[in-house]
Amino acid sequence: MTVKVEDKLFLDRFNVDDESHLRLRDPGVCFELCEDQACLYICPANVYKLENDRISVNYEGCLECGSCRVGCPHFNIEWRFPRGGYGIRHKFG
Amino acid sequence: MEESFDAAIVGAGPAGISAACILADANAKVIVLERGEYPGSKNMFGGVLYGGHLRLIIPDYARRNCPIERNIVESRLLYLTEEGGVSLAYRDTAFLEELRNNVFTVGRARFDRWFADQAIAKGALVVCATVVTDLLRDAAGRVIGVKTDRAEGELRAKVVLLADGVNSPLAARTGFRPEVRSENIALAVKEMISLPEEAIDERFGVTDGNGVTNEILGNVTWGMNGVAFLYTNRNSLSIGIGANLADFAKAKVRPYEMLEKLKIHPLIAPLIKGGKPREYTAHWLPEGGYDTMPKLFGDGYLIAGDSAMMFNTLHREGSNMAMASGRLAAETILEAMGKKDFSAACLQNYVRKLQKSFVLKDLKKYRRFPSFLENHQELFTALPRAASIAAREMLTVDQLPKKARQTLAWKSIRGQVPRLRLLRLLWDAWRSVR
Repeated sequence: MTVKVEDKLFLDRFNVDDESHLRLRDPGVCFELCEDQACLYICPANVYKLENDRISVNYEGCLECGSCRVGCPHFNIEWRFPRGGYGIRHKFG
Repeated sequence: MEESFDAAIVGAGPAGISAACILADANAKVIVLERGEYPGSKNMFGGVLYGGHLRLIIPDYARRNCPIERNIVESRLLYLTEEGGVSLAYRDTAFLEELRNNVFTVGRARFDRWFADQAIAKGALVVCATVVTDLLRDAAGRVIGVKTDRAEGELRAKVVLLADGVNSPLAARTGFRPEVRSENIALAVKEMISLPEEAIDERFGVTDGNGVTNEILGNVTWGMNGVAFLYTNRNSLSIGIGANLADFAKAKVRPYEMLEKLKIHPLIAPLIKGGKPREYTAHWLPEGGYDTMPKLFGDGYLIAGDSAMMFNTLHREGSNMAMASGRLAAETILEAMGKKDFSAACLQNYVRKLQKSFVLKDLKKYRRFPSFLENHQELFTALPRAASIAAREMLTVDQLPKKARQTLAWKSIRGQVPRLRLLRLLWDAWRSVR
């Protein structure tokens, strides 16, 4: 079953900041050391996508759960909250 | 913003706002810092709150237009296989009158905002769109305030209450709580699906603002240690599913695919049929329990709620512990203000209060439960199948005498879970909750 998470994220309201609150500390680690690349699976918003020779970080749809930060086996993701007032805005919660 | 407060509270959730209400009631100068644009804008949970706890903070909450979705009159437990499942339900008229609002559903975007408004009315200052990025400390390491992401955003407080939730980069950064390990948290995703009030009333057999909770276990979490839920709101349903984060990583399962599969389960699909998804959110649950709790106090600070990993996995309770710990933290702060002593020695009264309350009693009682789930994968694989097969055997009507049917039922259970393993499971289950 393929599910398009974009359809789900489309339901949400975001106040997107210009600057990403997520960053790969050392993008080299993802390919040289990381076999599992858990970020590609566990992220509920599919923020991390495999693109040829790199992993792109689509922070705009981040649900701010923190899973990538502690789920990355190499702790290679620098994670902070979006600036005050930015990021997802729950309508219902 | 260089201003001094009696207490600075990080996070406008149930723990932080409960504390703010108690402190403001006693005329303490209190500020709540919330990173979202409004209280609740970052918050999500399965969906239930507890009137008995809210009442201790806002006695007349029901008259103050508390945004209650539905009063829960029936609790269901579903143990599902891929094709079907067994269920157990309890409903009682007691929940219409004397136990009304014992449990009720809310949406956090509306509830937390309402709750914060109550604190504001009592005199608390609630500042939104402000991330607390660090804590201010004096030369001796005592916490004396917070640093925010606003320009000149430092403010001083006699005591800081960390109520910023389970995902707390602040706690990890400052070392007040070590970073959580993926084994000790569950990741849950949830969809809010709108459906007309009458359709919900009809499907769940309720009227007049009453509702039903469904806790869902079994094969729905694809063999991972997890749980799903379906709760009724006034004109929407909350459907969600979660599993241990380390399990997700190991199994390489995408959370939203699991949610989508749940939505087409034969027992679930008819309940949400025709509904329109309106929101998709994700959040952690601090499932590690008692043994993953940080030190709850120190010089100039206290930790409450999800930040302190206060969560009862078996009973799916967390918001009640957040409210109770926030309230007890506030009482401790008021006593400290009376003594003008905000040292760890004085603030440790917080732990004594928690020990006397259900919070630490329950967390301690169920401390072995998280590892019980972790060690018994069959709960999410073979056991739901065994339960379904056994039920099917007992309900199949043909020429076979009942005695032979029972033998078949037992055989099929043992085929799924060997007898010794089953005994072990029961023994461990009992030991984990006694």
